[in-house]
Amino acid sequence: MSNFLNGLMKFRRGPWEAVATVLIAIGVFMLMQPFALWLFTYSFIVTLVGTVMFIIVSHFPE
Amino acid sequence: MSDRALDRVAAATPQPVARKIKGLSDRAIAWIFVAPTIFLLLAINIFPLIWTIRLSFTNYRANRLNREPEFVGLRNYERILTDSDIWLNMQATAHFLFWTIFFQVLIGFTLAWLINKKFKGNDLWTTIIVLPMMLSPAVVGNFWKFLYQPQIGLFNYIVGFLTGKDPSSFEMLGQVDLAPWAIVIVDTWMWTPFVMLICLAGLRSIPDYIYEAAEIDRASKLRQFFTITVPMVLPFLMLAVLFRGIENFKMFDLVVQLTGGGPGSVTELTSINLKREAFEKWRTGYASAYAIILFVTVFGLASIYVKALNKVKER
Repeated sequence: MSNFLNGLMKFRRGPWEAVATVLIAIGVFMLMQPFALWLFTYSFIVTLVGTVMFIIVSHFPE
Repeated sequence: MSDRALDRVAAATPQPVARKIKGLSDRAIAWIFVAPTIFLLLAINIFPLIWTIRLSFTNYRANRLNREPEFVGLRNYERILTDSDIWLNMQATAHFLFWTIFFQVLIGFTLAWLINKKFKGNDLWTTIIVLPMMLSPAVVGNFWKFLYQPQIGLFNYIVGFLTGKDPSSFEMLGQVDLAPWAIVIVDTWMWTPFVMLICLAGLRSIPDYIYEAAEIDRASKLRQFFTITVPMVLPFLMLAVLFRGIENFKMFDLVVQLTGGGPGSVTELTSINLKREAFEKWRTGYASAYAIILFVTVFGLASIYVKALNKVKER
């Protein structure tokens, strides 16, 4: 856990990519889930933030 | 190597061909070759994307060319993301995506594994199995419409024969509970051979000596399957899932041909709904916002998937 947090603080690719990946996965789940309309409403912004973050952090050093 | 030897090598090295021809550098020639492709990419992919993003913030209608489009901010996005009908379309798409990929991977891998066993006539079987994916989706749609006919359809007859039900008592394309499964069955029938071919390539790339070494170590067949076959085929399988996932997310022709999105809207996938908004209701700005939402979703999913694929390959 501390490695992960250190990686985030030092702007390392691995942990930041993991954060972006989780955001995309949550966003897609929210988009297609059958449980609550409000989750669907906020799904796009979550996926968009995750995708943009993924593009940016994939240029961070390993 | 001494400096003198290096000088000799440098002097003996011929000048790049480009320098001799009209003084163009290699880099310039490379750009001349690449430029048409880059131009086409910009014109066909990048420009329409940027234009769609721009349109998604307007109330533009492509059938009213004389009317100046107005900037509406995020209103199109807001309306899409609070629309319960679109939410249902997303759920229909999720159902279609999940089950088609699940069945195609399961059956495709099993078929590849069986075909990979050397037996008489295996080339003939491969050709027969591959046939459905060579057909046009319009043909497959019509063909399955006949098979699903309650009175004369072969599918209903076989189900009736196996379960004892009256073949005309159920309608695959007309019943709300059966129609989503009807399109899953047809897509699985058509595209399982594609997954099978990719898996077969993966299976055939595994060298025999790995299995021989496992035999010497007395590994059981089951152990060999889970520790050799599955991990070595996994990158191929993931690639197949990526291709099918992207393709099925934008599935249109087959489903339109089979159900047209009905009954009601239970099989109205997002691409069908998008087409209706764009080319039947002519709400171009709204449809652009819808397309951007789908694009970001597929792009995000594909990004994480490619990352996972690279990780599996590194192993």
